[in-house]
Amino acid sequence: MSLITQKVPIYLLDVASALNERPAFAVGDSVRVVVRFPVGHYRVPIYLRGKTGIVESIIASPAVDNETEGFGQNAGSKLHYYRIAIPMTEIWHDYVGAPTDSVRIEIYETWLEEDSK
Amino acid sequence: MKRHGHTEKNEHSHDHLHEEISETSKPGYYEIMETAVRELLCEKQIIHSSEIRRQIEVLDSRTPALGAKVVAHAWVDPEFKARLIEDGRKGCEELGISFYDDTQLIVLENTEKVHNLIVCTLCSCYPRPVLGLPPDWYKLKPFRARAIYEPRAVLAEFGTTIPDDVEIRVSDSTAIVRYLVLPMRPDGTENLTEERLAELVTRDSMIGVVRALNPSEEQEK
Repeated sequence: MSLITQKVPIYLLDVASALNERPAFAVGDSVRVVVRFPVGHYRVPIYLRGKTGIVESIIASPAVDNETEGFGQNAGSKLHYYRIAIPMTEIWHDYVGAPTDSVRIEIYETWLEEDSK
Repeated sequence: MKRHGHTEKNEHSHDHLHEEISETSKPGYYEIMETAVRELLCEKQIIHSSEIRRQIEVLDSRTPALGAKVVAHAWVDPEFKARLIEDGRKGCEELGISFYDDTQLIVLENTEKVHNLIVCTLCSCYPRPVLGLPPDWYKLKPFRARAIYEPRAVLAEFGTTIPDDVEIRVSDSTAIVRYLVLPMRPDGTENLTEERLAELVTRDSMIGVVRALNPSEEQEK
């Protein structure tokens, strides 16, 4: 480990580089898609907001938080994506099909919270 | 409208009228915005117009034949299949299929117990590097809305009946990940070459709306 001795430009001090950050959720965790409705184009479909699923796999962070970057703010960190399995019957009360049928989708860490049920 | 009567004798002599190929409607909001951004990027010399043209050429050069090659190779080489499922993008790159964007690829294997279907409910995300451009129905709202809500009914309309003891997994593409369905290898194909196997793998089977062709169906084409 080496201490940072050189002068860092002040604007970089706010940029928290979180490379190698540990994922907040583990495979098998029960998680809920956050319920919020920000104005603009977001990649979390409305039909999944507030729904509960299980983490199937963790996707190594291939990108910055594009929602923040998209508005011209330096996101400065790399959080994880999670592939989530959500039963069809959790989403549609009148679903016609097998109870094991499910939706699988990748959701960014900022859109998930622990399911405390 | 147009008369369009091809007779057997007169296969295609153009004695009938076709719609002129032209753009007559005014550009919409997003078309104007795209033009403005593109011109700005070129004027500021961030990218060159020839790079845009070249990229369109690359996009148009991709076809489902690439995906079929990947699937057929996975059918004959279990070690490759394992690597492909571990990391779809790397697996395709192994076969010389380049990815020109930042998307990752998850390959979803269909089995006796699991049937995968892909959709993009938000727009038209599609594994373009390996399948080329998506079919129109994939981009239209009826498929996008219904695939996620009543996948079994949608599959039945494609002629695909999935028994109730088979689990259906609908993968909804969003920002960064694309999917490719690895259909089941049809019965009676043990003696086929990899090239012949690839001919059984259609575009729609890699979206998950149908199964791969069996050899007799392939001959009927």
